[in-house]
Amino acid sequence: MMSFPLLSVMIAVPLVAAAVALFTNATNARWIALIATLVDFALGIALWANYDIGGAQWQFVESAPLFGKFAWALGIDGIALMLIMLSVFLMPICILASWEAIEKRVPEYMAAFLLMESLMVGVFAAQDLFLFYIFFEAGLIPMYLIIGIWGGVNRIYASYKFFLYTLLGSVLMLIAMMWMAQQAGSSDIPTLMNYDFPVHAQSLLFLAFFASFAVKMPMWPVHTWLPDAHVQAPTAGSVILAGVLLKMGGYGLLRFSLPMFPEASAEFVPLVMGLSLVAVVYTSLVALVQSDMKKLIAYSSVAHMAFVTIGLFAFNRQGIEGALVVMLSHGLVAAALFLCVGVIYDRLHTREIARYGGLATNMPKYALFFLLFTMASIGLPGTSGFVGEFLSLIGAYEANSWVAFVATTGIILGAAYMLYLYRRVAYGELDKVDVAAMPDMNKREWLIMAPIAAVVLWMGVYPESFIAPMRADVGVLLARIERANPPGDAQLKKGAAKPVVAAEHAPEAAHGEGQH
Amino acid sequence: MSYVESLTLTLPELVLTIGALVLLLVAGWAGDKATRAISWASVLLLFVAGLTLNCGQGVAFGGQYQADAFAAFSKVLIYFAAGASILIAPRFFQLADGSHVGLRAEYPILILLACVGMGMMVSAGDMMSLYVGLELNSLAAYVLASFMRSDSRSAEAGLKYFVLGALASGILLYGISLVYGFTGTTSFAGIAKAYGEGMSMGKLFGLVFVFSGLAFKVSAVPFHMWTPDVYEGAPTPVTTFFASAPKVAAMGMGVRLAVEAMGSAADQWQQIVIFAALASTVLGGVAAINQTNIKRLLAYSSINNVGFALIGLAAGTKEGIAAVLTYLAVYVVMTIGSFVCVLQMRDAEGRPVENISALAGLSRSRPGLAAAFAVFMFSLAGIPPLFGFWPKFLVFDAAVAVGLLPLAAVGIATSVIGAFYYIKVVKIIYFDEPASDAMIPASTLVETGLMTATALAVSPLGYLAIPILATLSGRAAGALF
Repeated sequence: MMSFPLLSVMIAVPLVAAAVALFTNATNARWIALIATLVDFALGIALWANYDIGGAQWQFVESAPLFGKFAWALGIDGIALMLIMLSVFLMPICILASWEAIEKRVPEYMAAFLLMESLMVGVFAAQDLFLFYIFFEAGLIPMYLIIGIWGGVNRIYASYKFFLYTLLGSVLMLIAMMWMAQQAGSSDIPTLMNYDFPVHAQSLLFLAFFASFAVKMPMWPVHTWLPDAHVQAPTAGSVILAGVLLKMGGYGLLRFSLPMFPEASAEFVPLVMGLSLVAVVYTSLVALVQSDMKKLIAYSSVAHMAFVTIGLFAFNRQGIEGALVVMLSHGLVAAALFLCVGVIYDRLHTREIARYGGLATNMPKYALFFLLFTMASIGLPGTSGFVGEFLSLIGAYEANSWVAFVATTGIILGAAYMLYLYRRVAYGELDKVDVAAMPDMNKREWLIMAPIAAVVLWMGVYPESFIAPMRADVGVLLARIERANPPGDAQLKKGAAKPVVAAEHAPEAAHGEGQH
Repeated sequence: MSYVESLTLTLPELVLTIGALVLLLVAGWAGDKATRAISWASVLLLFVAGLTLNCGQGVAFGGQYQADAFAAFSKVLIYFAAGASILIAPRFFQLADGSHVGLRAEYPILILLACVGMGMMVSAGDMMSLYVGLELNSLAAYVLASFMRSDSRSAEAGLKYFVLGALASGILLYGISLVYGFTGTTSFAGIAKAYGEGMSMGKLFGLVFVFSGLAFKVSAVPFHMWTPDVYEGAPTPVTTFFASAPKVAAMGMGVRLAVEAMGSAADQWQQIVIFAALASTVLGGVAAINQTNIKRLLAYSSINNVGFALIGLAAGTKEGIAAVLTYLAVYVVMTIGSFVCVLQMRDAEGRPVENISALAGLSRSRPGLAAAFAVFMFSLAGIPPLFGFWPKFLVFDAAVAVGLLPLAAVGIATSVIGAFYYIKVVKIIYFDEPASDAMIPASTLVETGLMTATALAVSPLGYLAIPILATLSGRAAGALF
C-alpha cells in the first residue's frame, strides 16, 4: 500500500483547477485547464507505472471514515486503472479540441470539464458504495450544463432528456444500494463483491442496478437520450460522453451486477442478450440511414456498447476481456470520430453529411486519420476495434452460438454504415465551393488526433499491454460467477457422443465467425 | 418539581417573551426610527435564547413542558431561521413599495413572539400547551403575512392564512377533544398509556383529526392549498420565515406527538403519513412545473420537501426521526439560501421581481448569484454531490431499514418529477439569453454573507458535517424513545 494518496490527488487536481479557472479570463482558463489535465495524465502514468500487475487485487487503497455512514474509500484494480487511464488520456485532448471552438463563457466551460474529470476518476476509484453513487450521479450536473450552455440549437431538450433519463434510471439503484448495505452491514465494495445475497432478492437488486447501467450504457430501448445528447453537445462534450461516461455503465455491470448478483445475472442472460442483439442489428440499421454525422456515430456507439454487454454476460474469460477491450477501444475510437466530426464542423458549421464530399482531395491528412478511425470502428485487424470485438464474439460463441451469429451481423452492418459515411464525406466529387475551400488539419488538430491514432494502433497490434493489468481481476470475477454460469449451447454438445470432434470444431468456427 | 426549576427549564421562552415585551415598549416610544436597533436586539435575544438551551433537561410545570435534546435541536433551527428572516427584512421593506417607508419596528418583535410559540410547540408535553403554542405562533404569523398593508396581495395572503389556519386549528382542536374524551387526559404520557391499551373508534377518529391538523400546519397534501397563495402574497422575508421556522416547529410537534403520545398506534398513523408523504412529493413535483412565479415555485418545493421528510416519520424508528431532523436542518439552510437569492431579484427601481423568466441570463450579469441559485436548486432537487442529497438519503435509508421498500422506491422515483422544475430554473439562469429587464446588482453585506454561508453549507463541503449532524440528530431523536 502506498502512503501517498495518489488517487485523492488525481481527484483534487482538476477540482482545484476548476475553482481557479472559474475566476480568470478565457485565455488563462484554457491554459489552466490544459495544464491541470496534463498533470492529471502524468499522475495517471505514474499510477500505471506503479501498479503492480499480479500484485494485490486492490491497490492504492485509501480509506478515511469521514462521513459517518460512508467513507472516503478509494482503491483500484486493473480494470479501474485502465478506465482511469482512458479518462485522463482523453481529457487534455478534449481541452485542446475546445481551444478555439468554444468562444463564449470559456472559464465556466473549462471548470465544468475539470469538474467532470474529477468525478470520472472518482467513479472508477470509489471503493464505497455510496461514494460511488455520489460520483456517478454528480456527473449529471456538469454534463447538463455543458450540453445546455454550449450545445447546438436543440440543446435545451437534449439536456433535459439527458438529465432526467439518467436520473430516473439511477434512483432505484440507490434504494437497492441501501438495502444491500443494511443487509451486508457494510458499504465497502470489495466486501460486497464477496457477499452472497439471497437468491430471491438478487433478481430485484439486479434489475434496480440494471435500470441505471442500461440507461448509462445505453442499451436498447433506453438509448434514445444518447443521439440527442451527442448531437447537441459540443464536440468535446460528445467525446467525454462517448469516451468515458458510457463506460460507466459497463463498469457498473462488471463491478456490481456480475460479482454481487451472480445468480440473478445468469437468470437475466436472455434479457441482456436479447436487448443487446436488438441493439446490434436495429441501431446499426438506424445508423445506416442517418443524415447527421454525429447522430450516425451516436447510434454506432449504441451498437458497439451492445458488444460490451454480450461479452460481459457470456460468463467466460474471452467474453469479459473482450468486453473490456471493446470499452477501451470504443472510448478511443468513438472519441476520435467525434473529434473528426468536430474538425470539419468547425470549418463548415454543419453536421449534415450531404453538405460534404470529396474531402480526400483537399484535406488528405484529415482523410487519412478519418479512415484509420473508421476502420478501427469497423474492427479491422491491426486496430483496437478488432481485438475487442473478436474476443467478445469468441466469448459469445462459447456461450451461445446464435448470439454470436446475430452479433456478427452487427460487424457487417457496422462496416456498411461506417464505409458509407466515409464514402459520402471523403470521396466523391469535390463539387461544393465552401467545402473545397476548407484547409487541412492544423497543428492543434494534429496534436489531438495523433495520440489517439497511436494508441488505437498500439492496442490493435499489442493488446497485451492493456489486457495484462486486467487479467487477474477478470480471473477473480470468473471465479466468483462460475457457480452461476448458465450452460451454453456449445457446452451442451460437448457432452454428446463425439466430444473430441465437438471440441475441435468450436474454436475453428469461432475463428471463422470473427473474421467476417 | 419546584417552580424555580420549571422556570429554569423554560428559560429560552422566558428570555424571548420578556425581551419581546421590552422591545415592544421600546418600539412604542421610539417608533420606527429604532427598527434597526430593535432588529439587532432581537437577533441578539434569539442568540441568547439559543445559549440558554443548555440550561438543563427535564420536565417542567407538571409535564406541560419538556426540555430535551429533541426540543433543543428544533429550537436551534427555529432561532436560526428566525434570525435570518429578521436580518434580511429591512432592505426589502425599504425598497418594496417604492415609498421608502422602511420596516416597521413590530416586525422583529412579531417574529420573536412567533418563536416563543414555536418553542412551546416543540417542547409541549401536553395537548393544551401544544395548542397554546401553536396559536401563539399562528397569530403572529397571520399579522406577518399581511405586514405590507399597502399591498393587496399581502392583505389577501394574511386573510387566507387566517381563515384556513383557523380551520386547521379547529380540526386539530376537534381531534384533541376527541382524544381527550376517549382517553380522559391531555398529557402525552397519559395518551400514550391509553393508546397502548388498544384502539377504539373514538381514539382512531381523534388520531385522524389530530394528524389532519398537523398536515395542515406542515402543508402536506391534501392540506396544502394555502401554501402557494400565502407564500406568493406575503412579503419575501416573511415567506422566508414561513418556509423555514414554522415548518420545523410543526414537523417537530408532529413527530413528538406521533412518537411520544401515539407511538403505540403507529400502525394507524403510519398509513396517514405514508399517504401524505407520497401525495406531497408527487403534487409538489407536478404542480410546480407550470409555475411562473418563483415564490409559488418555492412553495411547491416546500410541499415536495415536506413529503420527503415525512417518509422518515413513516419509518417511525429512531433513525427515521433522526433523518427527519437532519432533513429539517438541511432544508432550513437551503430554503433560507434560496429565498435570499429571490430577494436579490429586483428591477431598476429596486422593486421586487418574482417572475422566473426575469432570471434569464442571470449567469451572465451576476455569476455569483447565479451559481448560488443553481447550487440551491440542485440541492433542493437532491442531486449529489450537493448536500441536499444527504437528508434524502437518510430518510430513504430509514424507510428501507424497516422494510418500507415500495414507499422508498415510489418516493425516490417521484423525486425525479421534482428534479424537472429545479433544473428548469437552472436552465433559465444558465441557458437562456439575458432578459431585457435586467436586474440591478445590489445586495447588502448581510445578504451576501448569508447567501455565501448557506451555499457553502449545502455544497459538497457540507458532507464533512455529517458526523456532527448525525450525533446531534441521533441524540435528539433518542430523547423521544
